[in-house]
Amino acid sequence: MRLSTVKVPHKKNTANSVPERLPIPKEVTIPVSMHIGRPAEVVVKKGDEVKVGQLIAKASGYVSAPIHSSVSGTVKKIDEITMSVGSRVKAVVIETDSKQELFEGIKPPEARDFQSFTKVIGESGIVGLGGAGFPTFVKLNVTHLDLVDVVIINAAECEPYITSDTRTMLDKTEYIFKGIEAIKKYMGVKRFIIGVEDNKPECVKKLGEFITDGSVEIKTLPSRYPQGGEKVLVYNTIGKMVPKGGLPLDVGAIVINVTTMAFIGEYMETGIPLVEKCVTVDGSAVKEPKNVIAPIGTPLKELFEFSGGFKSEPKKVLYGGPMMGISVPNLDVPVLKMTNAAIAMDEKEAAPPKTTACINCGRCLNHCPLKLDPRAIAKAYALDSGEDLKKLCVDLCMECGCCSYVCPAKRPLVQTNKLAKTVLRNYMKKKEEDKNE
Amino acid sequence: MNKLISSVSPHFNSTLTTTKIMLDVIIALIPAAVASVVVFGFRSLLVIGVCVAVCIFAEWGFEKICKKENTITDLSAVVTGMLLAFNLPVTIPLWQAAFGSLVAIVVVKQLFGGIGQNFANPAITARIIMMTAFSGSMTNWVIPDASSGATPLALITKGQTDALPSYINMFLGVRGGCLGETCTLALLLGGAYLLVKRVISWHTPVAFIGTVAIMSLVCGKDVLYQLMAGGLMLGAFFMATDYSSTPATKWGKIIFGVGCGLITALIRFWGNFPEGVSFSILIMNILTPYIERLTRAKPLTGGID
Repeated sequence: MRLSTVKVPHKKNTANSVPERLPIPKEVTIPVSMHIGRPAEVVVKKGDEVKVGQLIAKASGYVSAPIHSSVSGTVKKIDEITMSVGSRVKAVVIETDSKQELFEGIKPPEARDFQSFTKVIGESGIVGLGGAGFPTFVKLNVTHLDLVDVVIINAAECEPYITSDTRTMLDKTEYIFKGIEAIKKYMGVKRFIIGVEDNKPECVKKLGEFITDGSVEIKTLPSRYPQGGEKVLVYNTIGKMVPKGGLPLDVGAIVINVTTMAFIGEYMETGIPLVEKCVTVDGSAVKEPKNVIAPIGTPLKELFEFSGGFKSEPKKVLYGGPMMGISVPNLDVPVLKMTNAAIAMDEKEAAPPKTTACINCGRCLNHCPLKLDPRAIAKAYALDSGEDLKKLCVDLCMECGCCSYVCPAKRPLVQTNKLAKTVLRNYMKKKEEDKNE
Repeated sequence: MNKLISSVSPHFNSTLTTTKIMLDVIIALIPAAVASVVVFGFRSLLVIGVCVAVCIFAEWGFEKICKKENTITDLSAVVTGMLLAFNLPVTIPLWQAAFGSLVAIVVVKQLFGGIGQNFANPAITARIIMMTAFSGSMTNWVIPDASSGATPLALITKGQTDALPSYINMFLGVRGGCLGETCTLALLLGGAYLLVKRVISWHTPVAFIGTVAIMSLVCGKDVLYQLMAGGLMLGAFFMATDYSSTPATKWGKIIFGVGCGLITALIRFWGNFPEGVSFSILIMNILTPYIERLTRAKPLTGGID
């Protein structure tokens, strides 16, 4: 069986753009929630001097991640900012002294075994850099090492525009393999698969040069969206479908983004926590699209200014790519840990498409990688039928957006799926309550 | 600076629109329209023109009266008009053609909710209604090769096989029949265009035509003749592939096509009517919701429900 996919324009305009370092901004705003899980707890206060890599917020609880200063300077205030999803989150605002002095306590981490390895990975602040931001150490901290047959390295980068993973593969190849070595050493994993889309032959070639034994395999995948979706990638590399509500570990796999892997390799050598990101700055409104290395917390507008500014007024700005990226409310929002791209769209590109009547063509259901029927889900949602939504498995939807993309009537299909998930959740909750009464 | 647009992903859409799909269908119908002029003369253009004009007017007028959004720019009314005209004899009185167009758009399409909502194919249903209402003028055939006064299928039904046109005339469309159905070559060209442009998938036409071919073979009929006669090519490529009245699933399309093929063969070989393509499609249209429910893909839950 082959999973359905869609052909999206690649727009990898910046694939050859070697990342340039952004001049240190005057001020950075570092939110304490840049991961899935509980927000970190601020450990600095107004007026504190901080240096690059110094802890400014500690992990709170198991699924959480610590946060480090990306600059050297003075804490100006502990503010509250509105994130792109609308939530209010604490943020540490630091005025920089542009010296970028490294924190004295930084040294290569000492890992001896599996336990100490996951501990130092947890301390590095690394989260899934593919976009989800799930704390990496939680993913690695499996109950039994025997459960892990294979580590799949997600280097598909199937979203249009984004090339930051491409640059990782070209510029930090050795660190990717150092990360692999570390996982091999401390977790005893014997098999690694790097999944790359076939529109990046230069990456496949470069990665190939580093392969020394049979434990690492490069799997070239067709350049079809959503090749980098976790379930799609797992299926297309090891032929197993991750069960609904489950994790790749249920089929013996751990999936790690390639830039996350390179970070692990680099961190094990230097001990510098996650403080900067390579961000692809592109989109129809950007004058000189390029890859930029920026401290976490840098306002997006500085990235755009560094990329020649705008050739026309931006109407929509995204964290991430156009298929699954999140639109931001203004240009002051900061670069986050999982920000891999900042896309600014001009009026034409941002214009919402005109929705017309469903013509029942079936393109949505025939393009769904997970074989859902968005047309039927939309009907069940309109009828507010939790029972039907349960039968249609709307909670399986990974929100890749293929259905909305291919719809000739431009109907908001994946958007409706997201709303329908809430209807289903409430229905299940009510059913549970009724049962208990 | 102006405010930024906030919206939920995806922020990209394909360039395909309903209008583009309909335009592709119109393009695919042009070879058959040209063939109809060559075979039957310029009156066929007049019939097509009247049907298309009345369909557009009916859609515009109905939506105006009902205060609905105007949808004539999606071009689906043009497609319905062309398909209905293709299903009429060239001699049809123009007022009857206009009446049929009105029925197709208002009764079959708009009263059920407009584009995408009609359960039956508007052109086919209108043709069947016209066959009942105007049975005389609906079977008033012009026979271009002047060898007989009936369509090939009618000749076969009557057993007058000596008067049948040659294979090559059947392929080129020089034979009695509705104005857009006779030229197999033109319809194959149009069908191929729709397949290449991915407007339709191969499932329905292959299942439909394949079933008729197998049934003809089993029943000892001339297979090639059965495929080129009547409205099979027009029906299989352009009518049985209508989105709103046929299943959207791949297996559903195959079942739909096989069902159409079986009913067509049954009517042709054993029924009172010489031709059964229209009836077969209408009957399968009615079964579509059931076929679709039966063939809905199982979501990939990885073995867990």
